Amino acid sequence: MCTTCGCGGHDALIGGKRPTRSKKEGPISFRAPHSVVPHHHHAPADTVQSRIVQVEKDLLNKNNNLALGNRSYFAAQNMLVLNLVSSPGSGKTTLLVRTLEMLKDKQTIAVIEGDQQTENDAERIRATGIPAIQINTGKGCHLDASMIGHALDQLTLAKGSLLFIENVGNLVCPAAFDLGEAAKVVVLSVTEGEDKPLKYPDMFSAARLMLLNKCDLLPYLTFDVELAIANARRVNPNIEIIQLSATNGAGMDEWLNWISREQATAN
Amino acid sequence: MHEMSLAESVLQIIQDSSAAENFQRVRGVTLEIGKLSAVEPEAMRFCFDAVTRGSIAEGATLEIIETAGAGICLACSASVEMQEKYGLCPHCGSAHLKVTAGDQMRVKDIAVE
Repeated sequence: MCTTCGCGGHDALIGGKRPTRSKKEGPISFRAPHSVVPHHHHAPADTVQSRIVQVEKDLLNKNNNLALGNRSYFAAQNMLVLNLVSSPGSGKTTLLVRTLEMLKDKQTIAVIEGDQQTENDAERIRATGIPAIQINTGKGCHLDASMIGHALDQLTLAKGSLLFIENVGNLVCPAAFDLGEAAKVVVLSVTEGEDKPLKYPDMFSAARLMLLNKCDLLPYLTFDVELAIANARRVNPNIEIIQLSATNGAGMDEWLNWISREQATAN
Repeated sequence: MHEMSLAESVLQIIQDSSAAENFQRVRGVTLEIGKLSAVEPEAMRFCFDAVTRGSIAEGATLEIIETAGAGICLACSASVEMQEKYGLCPHCGSAHLKVTAGDQMRVKDIAVE
């Protein structure tokens, strides 16, 4: 198992099932199976032919190609896909539930939920009437493009749908794995530190939008909003920022307007 | 970050290459890991050993070539050496640095038999 973040393993569950073969991409590939050592006989040392094979392949090449496939599918379906990322406990699911309640009468929406374990989040989403597929990554610390491909096989999506992917709560690993989304949206809550963007710069750099959540709690905290914004812009000068509260609804209109603008651009 | 997934990608690349290049045994693997790529070489070594166990690359030596980080300042146009990904321009202090080298992570070559 990974010493850094505990990722790895071969046991992701998608919609409660082990993925077998995706319609889109052929054999399952997001967890390379350990192949059996081929039976071979070592020739005497002086007759062994040794050579160097030039490879020059990026480690993310496979994921990036699968993400490209997802992205073409989303484009063909006129779908806007947003990848929500944050640390655990930032309020992503509450924010998503509130967002779905405000949007569900206006358009078709679906959700892909990523967590190490449990169906809890997908159940919270389904309670709003929106279809949701839960991916349990097991020991894995992030979603990857292949898991999304498999999840799409289980979702029936109308053209022009809006798809939210709620990534595993983790501010490190999901930054590097393109899922084919239009944008990563990072959620930072005011109960966390203002220096999170500096501590986890890859994620804030990869995101197009930062939602500063739980702003209803500001009167009770010493959180410095301007400092948090300055820190986010230090690692990503172009990041857009919306302050909101999923609990009292402040700023939600601005967030929904941002989604509408992205949908207009995508189409 | 996610070195386990990346080590699995290394193994996948080796297996793909094994089919294309017709080899059954891997003696050594050379990776190029940029200084700005956020891969911890030691974590990568640990994970490489773990994921290659029972595969054609079991016991292979892992060489990691660390490549230097470099960038260009979008504010003053200076070319700068970069020790960290989100540093400030040493000339004008701007945070608008664009990485031009040192963020790659790839399998360079494989020694096979």
